[in-house]
Amino acid sequence: MPRASTRRLVAGRGRYVDDIPAKGEVYAAFLRSPHAHAAFEVVNISAAAAIPGVVRVLTAEDIDPVCPPWKCVLRNAPDLQSPEQRPLARRQAVFQGEPIALVVAQSRAIAEDALELIEVEWSERPAAISLEAAAMPDAVPAHENLKSNICWRFEHRSGDPDKAFADAEHVVQRRLVFARKTGVPLEPRGILASYDPSTNALTVHVSHQMPHQFQLHLAELLGMSPLDVRVICSDIGGAFGIKMHVYPEEVAVCAASRILGRPVKFIADRVESLSSDVHAREHIVEARMAVNTSGMITAIDVDDIQGLGAYSVYPRSSTAEAMSALRAVGGPYRFDNYHALLRSVLQNKVMTGQYRSVGHPVAAAITEALVEDAAAVRGEDSIVFRQRNFLPTEAMPWVSPMGARMIDLSHHACLERMLTLVDYPRLRQEIDTWRQEGRIVGLGLASFVEFTATGAEAYGRAHVPVSSLDGVMLTMEPTGEVRAQCSASEIGQGIQQGLAQIIADAVGVRADKVRVALGDTAASPHGGGAWSSRGAAITGETAWTAGRKLRNELLNVAAAMLQTTAASLDLRDGRILAADTGAERIAIGDVARTAIFHPYDLPTGTNAQMSVSHTWGRDADPFLPTNGVQASLVEIDPISGLVRPLRHWVVEDCGRIINPLLVDEQIRGGVVQGIGEALYEICRYTEDGQYGSGTLADYLLPMAADMPDIVVAHVETPYSGSQLGAKGAGEAGTCGAPAAVLNAVNDALRPFSGRIDAMPISPVDVLRALGKLPAKAGA
Amino acid sequence: MMASDEPMAEISCTVNGQPVRAHVPLRQSLVDFVRHGLGLTGSHVGCEHGVCGACHAVVDGRVVRGCLMLAVQVDGRTVTTIETDQPTAQMRALQDTFFERAALQCGFCTPGMILQASELLTRTAAPTRAEIRDALSGNYCRCTGYHAIVDAVETAAARLRDKAAA
Ligand code: FES
Ligand code: FES
Repeated sequence: MPRASTRRLVAGRGRYVDDIPAKGEVYAAFLRSPHAHAAFEVVNISAAAAIPGVVRVLTAEDIDPVCPPWKCVLRNAPDLQSPEQRPLARRQAVFQGEPIALVVAQSRAIAEDALELIEVEWSERPAAISLEAAAMPDAVPAHENLKSNICWRFEHRSGDPDKAFADAEHVVQRRLVFARKTGVPLEPRGILASYDPSTNALTVHVSHQMPHQFQLHLAELLGMSPLDVRVICSDIGGAFGIKMHVYPEEVAVCAASRILGRPVKFIADRVESLSSDVHAREHIVEARMAVNTSGMITAIDVDDIQGLGAYSVYPRSSTAEAMSALRAVGGPYRFDNYHALLRSVLQNKVMTGQYRSVGHPVAAAITEALVEDAAAVRGEDSIVFRQRNFLPTEAMPWVSPMGARMIDLSHHACLERMLTLVDYPRLRQEIDTWRQEGRIVGLGLASFVEFTATGAEAYGRAHVPVSSLDGVMLTMEPTGEVRAQCSASEIGQGIQQGLAQIIADAVGVRADKVRVALGDTAASPHGGGAWSSRGAAITGETAWTAGRKLRNELLNVAAAMLQTTAASLDLRDGRILAADTGAERIAIGDVARTAIFHPYDLPTGTNAQMSVSHTWGRDADPFLPTNGVQASLVEIDPISGLVRPLRHWVVEDCGRIINPLLVDEQIRGGVVQGIGEALYEICRYTEDGQYGSGTLADYLLPMAADMPDIVVAHVETPYSGSQLGAKGAGEAGTCGAPAAVLNAVNDALRPFSGRIDAMPISPVDVLRALGKLPAKAGA
Repeated sequence: MMASDEPMAEISCTVNGQPVRAHVPLRQSLVDFVRHGLGLTGSHVGCEHGVCGACHAVVDGRVVRGCLMLAVQVDGRTVTTIETDQPTAQMRALQDTFFERAALQCGFCTPGMILQASELLTRTAAPTRAEIRDALSGNYCRCTGYHAIVDAVETAAARLRDKAAA
């Protein structure tokens, strides 16, 4: 079923932040540090302030009194040391692009003119840029007085990995390098903050994934009550995890509106987005896998060095990505011994943070590269190796070495389905034929587990105020239609439509008779918003129960009206029916009107509730594991080294599917982001920390002409712990695609000498692997 | 109303069928003019570098990048945006198929996509999937992965052909 609300969007009637005007609004532009690491002093703002049309020039001197600094603190990881961060940096800038001053003017163009006239004295400092260098014991510190850039170290050991490696028949190992990338929602970050001094109230329109979380942080930082802070997230032009953080620019704009007492708008331009949105997935990973004589995986060992940037991102922490990766390593397989070591490193670059499928693509790439290597040393097809090592259905529930409860997964079934889908033996034959014709073609598979719909413990135990609960309020209109207010957020994934369908089914009305409102802290109960593919599994489950409550109320009123029992009635398609014969008794609108306008016709004390609400979050299972398999067919151009994805297939098990059309498109979109991650996307910094990927001509995104058609199929294993059985689906595409593409490229390279161990896969590396360019010095 | 030294110019043009006279900053882009001057916010700003195609508008019948053209350049010309109340048959067909096929998620790229695809369908009645992909390669979509968009354009083309044949 298509999304009703997209009728507006195809007509160009969307309302993204920059489309929302406020009377008297003025526009902000930021002066940003040109250096990766420097001490500075803003020495003169008078020339800038004198430009006609400039309303005010603000620096840390102005903002600090209304907004204190913040700092990423996780109570359950007290060793994490992240420095304080401010809306505008004060005297020290620690990454290129860090905001240091703010001009508010009658137009953005005038504000930008004024930026050029702000006088700043800079004194440059050495910078910690590359991950290898920043992680060294004698590294240049990323902040003054920092003893070490390694701001968080985590080690986990279960079973006896040392013994397992010592006893192994085969040990395979890889060093994989993952370069920074970013989410690039097509709508950049933006905010319109309107402070009303007469009531001390702040109304904020912002392109953000979780209005309630943002409301709480703003209230705390600005010393206000959340009752006086209203956050509205209208149409969001893509988010992908990039818009779930507290960024200095957004807070500075709210502070500026407070200082000026008028609406201030800031819309990041693309250069600002690419250089100040969180980046993600900068890792250097050394990984090993031990395999015994029967070809069973006995142990995995992972040593991950993760780049954090200048701060651990507020409030959820950049380290969440690596922790998520370490949890997901080896996901589909049964193995008992695991050692994981993580070092998270501060650098003079923008923060890294949660980006679609947080950490999982790294885990899947590591695991599935090792699986290929292990199968190769055993001289068997990696499919056989996978099938032997998959966690079998009958062994579930099973607790993984990282403590994740594996339930309701379908590894064998998904792989079977995939083999049929790609017609495996025939495709292998075809590939052989192509290779004989001189084409460089490869097929890669990747099985994966993705943890979705995160529960309360993940952030609760860290004392980070992130809701994993949702609230749903339903109101019966006198027309028999249902109005819903929910704490989920619509970021393009289609949850608004999904919820309408769930509520419609639960109540017994048509989906077009349900209107779902989202994204406004003044209109919906507190709840989680959009992250961790939680919509169907958590908000959906909440909405189902709320819908059942409303249905019961309606049936009770109908029973009173018809002088029968609620149990003898049914409610379908907006009509009250006799449960046994299906004969229509009365329309739902008549029931609603009686309850609302003619309650005196009902027995005394009926007090029918025509609005109901429900709040829910899972008690069990801190995460909902999902699984799938992806396959990628690629061809390499021998002259340029460019990799072209020819076909891509996905078999996904995300539990019960509410809206197949929308789920499939989420998966396809995710796959293409994953292909981008594997082949094109990279945030480059020079050695001295100058950012080099600031335009879409430098930061390459997948384009229509380069992308393949994507076949999507499903295995449905409902989550056994809920009524609906839904799990997360929105990030699965991104989870497995990079691993599948990497394996496909290495499959294509198998007849040649080299191998690729870095993402994105650069044409130069491919040419080296083909033997067409000399190997890297030292390699 | 701008209290500044901003150099300005008078322009007159036709926008979505209506005559428009406006006083615009010399440096203002076409997309900023239609968005902020005229309140037509269906053309979006995704890069301001001529790369993403979110800012598309139609000037004298040709799709242009609104971020690369100045408002003063449309003086005396005819501008159409996605909001027009007289969409072409191609636009209407595409709006239907994009909706039905879920060929949009966040919708930020969609107006530009529809204008670009509509130009393709005006030129080519039966484009192949590869031709559709080529024609849309100057329009970035970060959400859909393009597959559904290609489907939607294919279906719209088929419907228009059916209609023409009827
Ligand atoms: S905004 Fe014009 S092409 Fe991107
Ligand atoms: S639908 Fe979001 S960018 Fe295309």
